[in-house]
Amino acid sequence: MDALKQELKENIIEQLNLEDMTTEDIANDDMLFGDGLGLDSIDALELIVMLDKSYGIKLTDPKEGRSIFESINTMAAYITEHRSK
Amino acid sequence: MKKVYINSIASISAQKTFDNTSFLKEIEDFEANVINVINPNYKDYIPPAAARRMAKGIKMGVVASKMAIKEAGLETIDAIITGTGMGCVRDSEKFVSAIIDNDEQYLTPTSFIQSTHNTVGGQIALELQCKGYNFTYVHASNSFESALLDAKLQLALNEEKNILIGGVDELGDHTTAIHKIINHIKTEPVKVTQVLQANTKGAVFGEGANFFVLSNEKKNTSYAEVVALKTYNSLPEKDVLQEAVHFLKENNLSTNDVDLLVLGNNGDVDFDTFYHTLSKGFQDTQIAYYKHVSGEFNTASSFGFWLASKILKTQTIPEVVKGNNKTTTSIKTILLYNQYRGENHSFTLLKQC
Repeated sequence: MDALKQELKENIIEQLNLEDMTTEDIANDDMLFGDGLGLDSIDALELIVMLDKSYGIKLTDPKEGRSIFESINTMAAYITEHRSK
Repeated sequence: MKKVYINSIASISAQKTFDNTSFLKEIEDFEANVINVINPNYKDYIPPAAARRMAKGIKMGVVASKMAIKEAGLETIDAIITGTGMGCVRDSEKFVSAIIDNDEQYLTPTSFIQSTHNTVGGQIALELQCKGYNFTYVHASNSFESALLDAKLQLALNEEKNILIGGVDELGDHTTAIHKIINHIKTEPVKVTQVLQANTKGAVFGEGANFFVLSNEKKNTSYAEVVALKTYNSLPEKDVLQEAVHFLKENNLSTNDVDLLVLGNNGDVDFDTFYHTLSKGFQDTQIAYYKHVSGEFNTASSFGFWLASKILKTQTIPEVVKGNNKTTTSIKTILLYNQYRGENHSFTLLKQC
């Protein structure tokens, strides 16, 4: 699980061009949207594509994303349970 | 009809032009066939949250526009008119590559959103919160001139007071590779100081963003007056001089009235002949070149416009751009001529103000 969390942080920094951030800057329970990392709706679309491409998870209900993308912890837990690759 | 003035200039180029206090005194003498811009510190101008989705061309355009508006002493402007030949080519390449590499699956929105040609104009408007007229011209090597013509007409008719115009193009790896294959880029690296004498096919490619605030209100700090502008999609080499003479005559001038001729030679042996032909009608006129220091790109002529504006204001011609041994005591009238590969020609007439 720790390796997955580290991988997620690296992917998020790369995919979302968070140029000035390192994996150390993102805590596992930091809010990814809103007051935390400050990600927005375009980032949410990028994350949905990342889940599909990297872990074979297709999110059909956008409302699901709200809880899944809350933090690195929630993303890692969902991926662990649902990944197909 | 109101007169149109250049009230501020800003340039991000392959030379250290973003520092407007110096005027091409120190030259980066690259030995290359593709030259990139010298980047200012973009973080000084663009918040990190906004910058993370901007490719280089957008950053160059946004920063150059902010510099120009600051120099003009304005908070915002009435209209934004941008010229670009290739638009945001890096994001276009990224988006199309992703389609191919992922077999049309897993397409992400960011590079698509940012890949359109009018992204730079849109981002500038967002940064300035300018809700006025916003237009982008994509007319190959007449893109900047089209933006200039639009602004000139609107200001002359007093439809707007202050208009931001600019030319911006960025280098993209894939596009550059294609231009190398078809020999539009020189096969050999050439030093900046030797480009114009290279006598080989193709040009040294470059990139840049040159922005200006044009106004129909003259200030003490104005750079020059934009007197006239004419563009042609096609113009045979044999007619270039005759057209220049006609263009000057339309503005009650003759070739003898031109103090400086600013030409867009790029060292391509096949197409610099247009400039040589024109120069024959200006035997006693001082000549300046600029594409050896800026590189060739669709809106490189905006760098020539920057150069001419600065020459008129400072009455100084940097050594590196001097094209012949003629001298002029006072530079009052400048004629610019540009074309790329024998197409999209333009004459621009600037006057001291």
